Amino acid sequence: MSVLVYINSSTGIHKSANEAVTYSKKLGGAVTVITNGGCDAVTLASLGKYGADKVLVDRSVNSNDDQQLTRMIATAADSVGATTVVFSHDLTAKAVAPRLSVRMKAGLISGAIDLPSGDGTTKVNVFSGKAFGAVKVNTSKKIISLLPNSILPEATGSDCAVEDFNGNAGSTNVKVITTKKPEGEIPLPEAELVVSAGRGLKGPENWGIVEDLAKALGAATACSRPVADIGWRPHHEHVGQTGVAIRPNLYIAAGISGAIQHLAGVNGSKVIVVINTDQEAPFFKAADYGIVGDAFEVLPRLTEAVKKFKG
Amino acid sequence: MKILVCISKAPDTTSKIAFTEGNTKFDENGVQYIVNPYDEWYALVRALEIKEAQGGNVTIITVGTAADEAVIRKALAIGADDAVRIDADPKDAYYAAVQIAEYAKNNQFDLVLTGKETINYNGSQVGGMIAEALDTPFISVATKLDVNGSTMTLEREIAGGIEVVETGLPVVISCAKGMAEQRIPNMRGIMAARTKPLQVVAPVSVEDLTSFVSYTMPDAKSACKMIDPSNMDELVELLHNEAKVI
Ligand SMILES: Cc1cc2nc3c(=O)[nH]c(=O)nc-3n(C[C@H](O)[C@H](O)[C@H](O)COP(=O)(O)OP(=O)(O)OC[C@H]3O[C@@H](n4cnc5c(N)ncnc54)[C@H](O)[C@@H]3O)c2cc1C
Repeated sequence: MSVLVYINSSTGIHKSANEAVTYSKKLGGAVTVITNGGCDAVTLASLGKYGADKVLVDRSVNSNDDQQLTRMIATAADSVGATTVVFSHDLTAKAVAPRLSVRMKAGLISGAIDLPSGDGTTKVNVFSGKAFGAVKVNTSKKIISLLPNSILPEATGSDCAVEDFNGNAGSTNVKVITTKKPEGEIPLPEAELVVSAGRGLKGPENWGIVEDLAKALGAATACSRPVADIGWRPHHEHVGQTGVAIRPNLYIAAGISGAIQHLAGVNGSKVIVVINTDQEAPFFKAADYGIVGDAFEVLPRLTEAVKKFKG
Repeated sequence: MKILVCISKAPDTTSKIAFTEGNTKFDENGVQYIVNPYDEWYALVRALEIKEAQGGNVTIITVGTAADEAVIRKALAIGADDAVRIDADPKDAYYAAVQIAEYAKNNQFDLVLTGKETINYNGSQVGGMIAEALDTPFISVATKLDVNGSTMTLEREIAGGIEVVETGLPVVISCAKGMAEQRIPNMRGIMAARTKPLQVVAPVSVEDLTSFVSYTMPDAKSACKMIDPSNMDELVELLHNEAKVI
């Protein structure tokens, strides 16, 4: 068996890339990474530690154009005889993996949260995290898009070879005009720790106490839907059934009632802490640790405690 | 401009999620179906806005059984001109995508819009698959779409940021929040929807690439541990030593 794993290295190698390579290694067989763009060879070689045998890099493709990436990955899959292609389930994968599925006639498992089990099925999140499904692929080739934070990256090997590759990516009709990247923020779907707040915070001017705690913890920030709808916070922070679905190790929710649609996006979190003035708030039923109290007092106190703990 | 909007049904967000037949089937008992919110709020409404601004035609398409016509009428009530139902009960995104691509190809649509994902299977698969089958660009998770003649200017979410792109027609676009504002159908729309054309089309023959074999529910949470609001050192200690997350 041969596994090809696509890594987006345009902003360096992220934890999710190491997870995808570790996952591929555990599938068994040779692991080849395909990537593109300008990431330096030394950084790419580090993927060998997580189980890659070789990294192929197409330096001529400098965008995340879905048609070009699809052609490039399909060429690489052919050239190494891959029977499985692995992605990390991020925004690039969501655009490219379905295209590749059609091109390779390979069944796509999107949002895998585990390795395939003995019966050949793979577990995925369905109903926005309210349940799991076991998916079977009916074709000889398959594509697995792995949800971030689903397995621990394991660095047991050493650096691997990095080779230039021509993926015959072809041309595109899509012209990128500008790219806006918020500086220094942790991408929400990848964050291990998340501090989130809702309408209980009363106004955007009060988000300082949320950001202070996030900063002390090294966490990303998130919010409930109404907060994004009224423009207190940017849309990309909106978590829930109609926002981003996340599964961090720790989710701290302050001033969020815990409506079913909100829970749908966060109940994959390993540990949930809820801060709410109302002891009847439904969120407490989904929480591991609960604090009945005023977020305006509790959040700064928690920030101080975290700072003290971190020294 | 000829616009095709792909609509999927989804269980109402407050539906109880349960499974039957040895956990192999979603339990539809008492479940109310709605139009998948991303398809309705963003894809359909933006299509209508484009039509209102510059003329054209908005067709809704769904791959579904006769039972799904109620959901199609809901979408028609918001304002589309006509609807197409590919007569099948899809089990696989690829199956549905091939059906829609086939119809789009035969009927020469300029713009194919989908929601960014469904809220039941969350696959984000259909839009990209249609685009590949039609060999057109796919602009995924678009939050803004401006039409200028045959030039589309879009904002889309990419890993850790936003990209502004330009492309021509035809194109497939998956729509997310920011694209448009939800519209509530009025009485006139609901009345008109009853008589709008709904064409039923036979499916083409396609093999499923994947199948859902069974479902499980997450383990129930153990009771929530309550912590004194004045003692945040205790919470930090528990998060470190007991939960081991910091
Ligand atoms: C189709 C559909 C999809 C939806 N999708 C989503 C989604 O994806 N994500 C989402 O979040 N919502 C979603 N919603 C909305 C959801 O139903 C809730 O309305 C929303 O989550 C409530 O947000 P909230 O908890 O911030 O506000 P509220 O419900 O107003 O709750 C505020 C909470 O703050 C508490 N509070 C007040 N003051 C304080 C204080 N000083 N300190 C501490 N606590 C305080 C209150 O006790 C209350 O529990 C959706 C709804 C629908 C119908």
